[in-house]
Amino acid sequence: MAQKRVLMKGNEVIAEAALRAGCRNYFGYPITPQTEVMHYMAKKMVQIGGNFVQAESEVSAINMVYGAAAAGARVLTSSSSPGISLKQEGISYIAGAELPAVVVNIVRAGPGLGGIQPAQGDYFQATKGGGHGDYRNFVIAPASVQELYELTVEAFNIADRYRMLVMILGDGTLGQMMEPVAYRENENIETYEKPWACTGRQGRSEHNIVTSIYIEPDVLEAKNRELQDKYALIESKEVRYEAIGLEDAEIVITAFSTCSRISRNVIRQAAELGIKVGMIRPITLWPFPSKIINETAAKSSVKAFLDVELNAGQMVEDVRLAVNGKKPVYFHGRMGGNLPTQKEILDKIIKIHEGGAV
Amino acid sequence: MAIVFERTTGLTDKPFHYCPGCTHGIIHRIIAETMVEMGILDSTVGVASVGCTYNSYEYFSCDMVQAAHGRAPAVATGIKRSLKDKLVFTYQGDGDLASIGTAEIIHAAARGEKICTFFVNNAVYGMTSGQMAPTTLLGQVTTTSPFGRDASYQGYPINVSELIAQLTGAVYVERVSLTDYKNVMKAKAAVKKAFEVQMSGKGFAFVEFLSTCPTNWGKEPCESLEWLKEKMIPQYPLGCFKGADLDLEVKS
Repeated sequence: MAQKRVLMKGNEVIAEAALRAGCRNYFGYPITPQTEVMHYMAKKMVQIGGNFVQAESEVSAINMVYGAAAAGARVLTSSSSPGISLKQEGISYIAGAELPAVVVNIVRAGPGLGGIQPAQGDYFQATKGGGHGDYRNFVIAPASVQELYELTVEAFNIADRYRMLVMILGDGTLGQMMEPVAYRENENIETYEKPWACTGRQGRSEHNIVTSIYIEPDVLEAKNRELQDKYALIESKEVRYEAIGLEDAEIVITAFSTCSRISRNVIRQAAELGIKVGMIRPITLWPFPSKIINETAAKSSVKAFLDVELNAGQMVEDVRLAVNGKKPVYFHGRMGGNLPTQKEILDKIIKIHEGGAV
Repeated sequence: MAIVFERTTGLTDKPFHYCPGCTHGIIHRIIAETMVEMGILDSTVGVASVGCTYNSYEYFSCDMVQAAHGRAPAVATGIKRSLKDKLVFTYQGDGDLASIGTAEIIHAAARGEKICTFFVNNAVYGMTSGQMAPTTLLGQVTTTSPFGRDASYQGYPINVSELIAQLTGAVYVERVSLTDYKNVMKAKAAVKKAFEVQMSGKGFAFVEFLSTCPTNWGKEPCESLEWLKEKMIPQYPLGCFKGADLDLEVKS
């Protein structure tokens, strides 16, 4: 039930949500624009007897995450794009060792040091693995501060449920904006036994081992197959998206997070011009909502898709795979920390509607 | 007939894969024996690293976590911070600890993490076939210093124990060898003391073992022990660099 609403910054809400989810371990390294997650944790963890460590690097921070997760704890780290690149080694090991952990990426513009303004240029990195080897991260893209709260709590449940890394992919806008958030009185915390955790044998007849190395090819292939089976199960069960106006839409926007917020207003403006625009907003970027996109593409009422992102066109590749040639898929993107205006997007919609060149 | 010596329960039954004359086996044994003798086998989590001992988790019978190259002290930090009443050790070689993991070891020591690090220095990368390590001696021939390590070209060996001892958070630092029975016993005493330091909650404990690598040194096992005494010890003197007179009253 909705409780009293409080005005909070996105980054702080992530930290508060993690605490509410029972996370008592945070390891991080300062980087803009996610720093408030860290500041919040630095204070709160000390007050509640949890663990906060400012690591010497993002590389170390993610390996502290690996250690705490191996010991069976709920654990969080947060960073932004260049820092997430440094964490990729640990992220791959976490996938290999099948450890539950939550990683927040408040994305900034790249490549390199890039800038500190919002971007979605890390979509490929987040959804296609990012580090070495065949693995997936569960990637969640909240679009509001309220969703940041709810999905961060859920991220810890998913991480434990599947023994895997859940990445919350935000951006500088979402992390820095203040919005009202309503906290639940009782959190939905799913608890899972962790008989595999390295906690000291404590009388167990066998010792536990957490590892990602399997030297024998047949053993490693079997391990990889297990991982792929798990990923297939997740793809069949955990896809989340928001669909708007698909009943009669002629043009369907695909956009996540910040871009979906801008696009939402465009849908209204287009309706005033008599153009029926709908939207599919992926909430899970992996597993990707391919099925609804494919089914929507098959509808005779749908003439085209317009994918809007803060990059040069990354999610659009997954949209095109899902559409599978059934309808044209157009793209509009901004980079470098700039956001598309409603007018830019509306102009594209009008051109697509008129059948002109886009 | 009375049994006078048997394999410690701190080790599994799996035979070591280490080369003849390598001292990893001795170091494993004395750590395992110490855990059993101190009654801490069931409350200890070890962290294996990358190198010849990548699968030491198959040998130590305590719970074991395998870490990425050089990251064992960070992984151990994560474990120890979330399991404060347990004992945590890392087992690392010189490439792992003194090269790719320099940041992790220095900062774990600086933070005074309540963990033990067992550092095995054999002056060479073993697993990847004998490349120059940060601890390779001047003049020492390796596969990547084929003409001998030249200070003007490849810099100088790092004396890790002396470096760690400079950090306030490190409260016990000792370098030992395994060249004979007496030194093996000294090494075992150092392992015990490192665990006791951790139990006391005083800070970071570090034991460096000078170790042999006959395979990559291109020497017979006995010859390797002599080379260690003649060449390595002058560069890496044995002894306690810090914490010799620590009051180790264990916190209740």
